[in-house]
Amino acid sequence: MSSVHIQVSLSVSMHCGSGSSNLLLLRDISSFSVRMNSPLGTLRSAWSRWLSLSHKMKCSFIEYKDFKLIYRQYAALFIVVGVNDTENEMAIYEFIHNFVEVLDEYFSRVSELDIMFNLDKVHIILDEMVLNGCIVETNRARILAPLLILDKMSES
Amino acid sequence: MEISGGEEGAEFGGPRGERMLVPSLKVQDLIEEIRGAKTQAQEREVIQKECAHIRASFRDGDPLHRHRQLAKLLYVHMLGYPAHFGQMECLKLIASPRFTDKRVGYLGAMLLLDERQDAHLLITNSIKNDLSQGTQAVQGLALCTLSTMGSAEMCRDLATEVEKLLLQPSPYVRKKAVLTAVHMIRKVPELSTVFLPPCAQLLHERHHGILLGTITLIMELCERSPAALKHFRKVVPQLVQILRTLLTTGYSTEHSISGVSDPFLQVQILRLLRILGRNHEESSETMNDLLAQVATNTDTSRNAGNAVLFETVLTILDIRSAAGLRVLAVNILGRFLLNSDKNIRYVALTSLLRLVQSDHSAVQRHRPTVVECLQEPDTSLSRRALELSLALVNSSNVRAMTQELQGFLQSCPTDLRADCASGILLAAERYAPTKRWHIDTILRVLTTAGAHVRDDAVANLTQLIGGAQELHAYSVRRLYCALAEDISQQPLVQVAAWCIGEYGDLLLEGSCEEIEPLQVEEEEVLALLERVLQSHMSLPATRGYALTALMKLSTRLRGDNNRIRQVVSIYGSCLDVELQQRAVEYDTLFRKYDHMRAAILEKMPLVERGGPQVDEEAKESKEARLLEAAPVPTEPQASKLLDLLDLLDGPSEDAQHPRPLDPSPGGALVHLLDLPCAPPPAAPIPNLKVFEREGLQLSLSFVRPPETPALLLITVTATNTSGGDVTHFICQAAVPKSFQLQLQAPSGDTVPAQGGLPMTQLLRILNPNKAPLRLKLRLTYTHFGQSVQEIFEVNNLPVETWQ
Repeated sequence: MSSVHIQVSLSVSMHCGSGSSNLLLLRDISSFSVRMNSPLGTLRSAWSRWLSLSHKMKCSFIEYKDFKLIYRQYAALFIVVGVNDTENEMAIYEFIHNFVEVLDEYFSRVSELDIMFNLDKVHIILDEMVLNGCIVETNRARILAPLLILDKMSES
Repeated sequence: MEISGGEEGAEFGGPRGERMLVPSLKVQDLIEEIRGAKTQAQEREVIQKECAHIRASFRDGDPLHRHRQLAKLLYVHMLGYPAHFGQMECLKLIASPRFTDKRVGYLGAMLLLDERQDAHLLITNSIKNDLSQGTQAVQGLALCTLSTMGSAEMCRDLATEVEKLLLQPSPYVRKKAVLTAVHMIRKVPELSTVFLPPCAQLLHERHHGILLGTITLIMELCERSPAALKHFRKVVPQLVQILRTLLTTGYSTEHSISGVSDPFLQVQILRLLRILGRNHEESSETMNDLLAQVATNTDTSRNAGNAVLFETVLTILDIRSAAGLRVLAVNILGRFLLNSDKNIRYVALTSLLRLVQSDHSAVQRHRPTVVECLQEPDTSLSRRALELSLALVNSSNVRAMTQELQGFLQSCPTDLRADCASGILLAAERYAPTKRWHIDTILRVLTTAGAHVRDDAVANLTQLIGGAQELHAYSVRRLYCALAEDISQQPLVQVAAWCIGEYGDLLLEGSCEEIEPLQVEEEEVLALLERVLQSHMSLPATRGYALTALMKLSTRLRGDNNRIRQVVSIYGSCLDVELQQRAVEYDTLFRKYDHMRAAILEKMPLVERGGPQVDEEAKESKEARLLEAAPVPTEPQASKLLDLLDLLDGPSEDAQHPRPLDPSPGGALVHLLDLPCAPPPAAPIPNLKVFEREGLQLSLSFVRPPETPALLLITVTATNTSGGDVTHFICQAAVPKSFQLQLQAPSGDTVPAQGGLPMTQLLRILNPNKAPLRLKLRLTYTHFGQSVQEIFEVNNLPVETWQ
């Protein structure tokens, strides 16, 4: 029935001539991928329409088809989470910030390049925090513990 | 995956270079290359080249670099390029003993494999091995993948393994196992029996991750089966205790986010409490104190606190809470609404919309703020504000609200226009203080947003104007002015044309108290209608209206009819068949039946809403007059006249040639040709009583409007002879697929006691195939303090309803 399908996508604006922004999908939860992959084109157009509004006026929740997009902007980086109707939007908003804080701690002042070149690590972090669309862990130390152990193992 | 960059590269430099002409890229290098591409075509080139390498490497079956190749492939996949050829490699990597391989393999499985691929079942065995024998990290990986893409067969096979993991000592694995159980239950509901017993024990855990997962699991179980729901009501006190502990704990570095301790867990607990407390007095009572405590003690300066508060408000509103608590909740929402943060406003608007049905007056207090929110530039906010504003319109504020909404209509974005227009029209229909105001409002909406109104707006307006005799002069003047300004808005043009045709004489009279005197010449009116006829913006239907209006004016105006005759004869050779037919018939009317013209084009009688229900006696007498007045027409002429009747839409039936009530399609033709022995009109369909319970009765009355034989109108009437009011009455209907059903808004949702004013609701059913009608009704209401839900099929539907 009402299930949380969290899909996190990072939008990184590519600094190429056209100045277009690419929407990179980091994780497609299987039951969601069917819906997200096909309207990717329309999602991009909805996205670019929305981008034209000035920042102060915007509310962080966009209604798209029958689910909602909750986004948060960090300089040039947008993090967008798609949820269905039953989720508490503000809790997800908080969750996005939590996620970025974890990334921040791991990469020490994370930037988009960090994410781009360390996608595997970001995947690991995301897997620690979200399991099949449900939040599983929000404590920074516990999320990063396995990753730090892994790093230590590979160094030695 | 590249965990340590440089060393591995050096290792493979040698053999790599010998085997392949170009050394394969490391993941980082690939990424850099892709980013360096200046155009899409360049990027595609780079990626295609690399994919070729990857494919070759997979074919060669090199185990050492497989993980690197797959990592590159996954990156490419994320950019949107096809990557299906990596699926089998995922399997091989998962089966490998190295952790790095497994890591990439599982990630690939999550991204590339899903239920639709045949390969996915092959990893079941690997997952089973990993779950039972792997290290914690490996178990974690397997659980993660299983919960993301596990199909029903996989879940069945692996249920026992996951169950074992639930009871393991390590919290790292347990928290993941719990959420995997959630996924399994979604896929295979029978597994609920397996995962229900451990829940009670898991709730005693102190680890927040496990608690979070357990609560999600319990929510899933409760939503699937009412038995589980009853079972879990027992844990409400325990949940209350956990939440209380969270609230009273001071700052703890582990869980505190912006001063709130573990808001995510709090939100989840509140959601579960909501599910458990719904419609259950006892549980709700247990929660009351706690909810009050959360509502008052949460720090609202930061978003985390607001998130928890929001969830609390939703819970209070959903359960059977004490009255004081509800008031508290509504006040919190009011505060949210006044907050300058857009997110909070959005959330407040959404909740108030849910609330408006049950606590209407409480929400009314915030009406000014809601109306302010209409002006928000963000569409999400303005959409919510629009819905809420429309819900808040009632008879006392209808004038002010309509004013605001019409202002909004002028400036709102296009996707909201249709909703806004139909909302205003609906509100006007329900609460119009005077007919004149109603006509004015509809006129304004049509002028502003004519293209977006619903199709029946035209019919509604003509019916409304027709019924308001004292306002005929006023309406025709206003419509004339509106039409003179702008002939592009089709609904407006149609109504205006109809009105001018009907009441043209009033237009020319020149005097009307309610509006400024307007001197209109006959020639101007005719010129305007001709303009409408000729304009390329006019739809064919509009032109039909205009032509008929011109024709009607031939009797209303005092001048000679040369101009009209000219137009009518020109259109006799129009390419549009409809128009041509009408023009030819009107022309014939001028030439051969001029003596009948005045009678035929008389003013129309008032048409009942929802299909003409002409009085039977009046019909019979009119038919008698017809027999006397008309000479026996030869067949082609009769068919022309009958076609005249066919062409005119519902409202434009004229007085002297009423349609017979016979619902079969060819009836009209047969009827008039059978002049000597006219068959009697069909008897009205008897009412049917369908439901009776404790004094509440429901009965259906049927009408088949004769000119639309496929349409059946059912009026549902609810009467209450008991001593208690029936409130929150909602009636829904279902019909078989070949039918089309439209439910109109009910007259109210309360049926007062002791035989008070009955509540009526209109159902429109279209039955083009004349299939046997089946109707199922679902009623929900509150009577004597209990909520009742009844679903039943209506039997004994009379045959006349569908034949």
